Amino acid sequence: MFKTLKIYRLSIPLVVFLLLAVLLWQGLSNKPAELPSMLIGKPVPAFQLATLQSDTLVNQTIFHGQFSLLNVWATWCVACRVEHEFLTELAQQGVVIYGLNYRDHREAALVWLNDYGNPYQLNLFDAQGKTAIDFGVYGTPETYLVDPQGIIRYRHVGALDNTVWEQEFLPRMQVAL
Amino acid sequence: MKRLVCVLLLGLSLLGAGMWSSAATDNYVFAEVQQQVRFYALLGELRCVVCQNQTLADSNAPLAADLREEVYRLLGEGKTNAEITDYLVTRYGDFVLYNPPFKNTTYLLWLAPFFCLIIGAIIIVMVVRRQRRAL
Repeated sequence: MFKTLKIYRLSIPLVVFLLLAVLLWQGLSNKPAELPSMLIGKPVPAFQLATLQSDTLVNQTIFHGQFSLLNVWATWCVACRVEHEFLTELAQQGVVIYGLNYRDHREAALVWLNDYGNPYQLNLFDAQGKTAIDFGVYGTPETYLVDPQGIIRYRHVGALDNTVWEQEFLPRMQVAL
Repeated sequence: MKRLVCVLLLGLSLLGAGMWSSAATDNYVFAEVQQQVRFYALLGELRCVVCQNQTLADSNAPLAADLREEVYRLLGEGKTNAEITDYLVTRYGDFVLYNPPFKNTTYLLWLAPFFCLIIGAIIIVMVVRRQRRAL
């Protein structure tokens, strides 16, 4: 009886270690700096912004009627330049992409689009970044998936690539048809 | 004893110095002192979501400047502290609060240290008792 008790007591540190190891192993795949969007399942916040091309104001109704992406970008953002090629591919496939030009200068942005190509149907011009705050933007680039009713389905922070597109965006676009 | 007191005083003064430093070089004008007090208190409770180890008071990130601007604007509109923190939580989530709220999801976070302390105390008591018996 004493022998089994001793083994039992000796194994406690081992059990604790194994539990900790599992927890920490899982923790390795955590991304604590990433914030989940508060807007998933909620409608696009109301806004009224001019576009890069003109001063005519547009509002959130541009998202109604089809699945679309809202891509938050700026000329000062290096990763935006990286994801630009992929966005151009998506646009060529027929994906509707709206841009939110974040805290940028109109002229610089227009030159950028001219030089690198324009995959956007239109670009909201958010010079002060106030509308971006309503979206909960905290890192550029960000891409939001909006459904035909104007409800936000997903947000990706960081450059958009094929893996994320296939794993996170496409499945969410099949559901509501 | 004297050395201990000196070390403690030094430690406390360093702690105090840390609390007063702030990267917010913005110049905000307030209608009343009370608003200014609330403003800086709020900034100390809100996290910069870009430099996530800093409060809005300390961070130099452009987004932090924008959010300070928002807090200032909301204060000017007469919002309460709760309304202002709500405004930010609606957009950025609970993480924007520097102190995590006490909710079902955070009970473990808040209470775990106390449990660990209690368990540790129990273990110490058990070990000491066993040693005394051995004597």
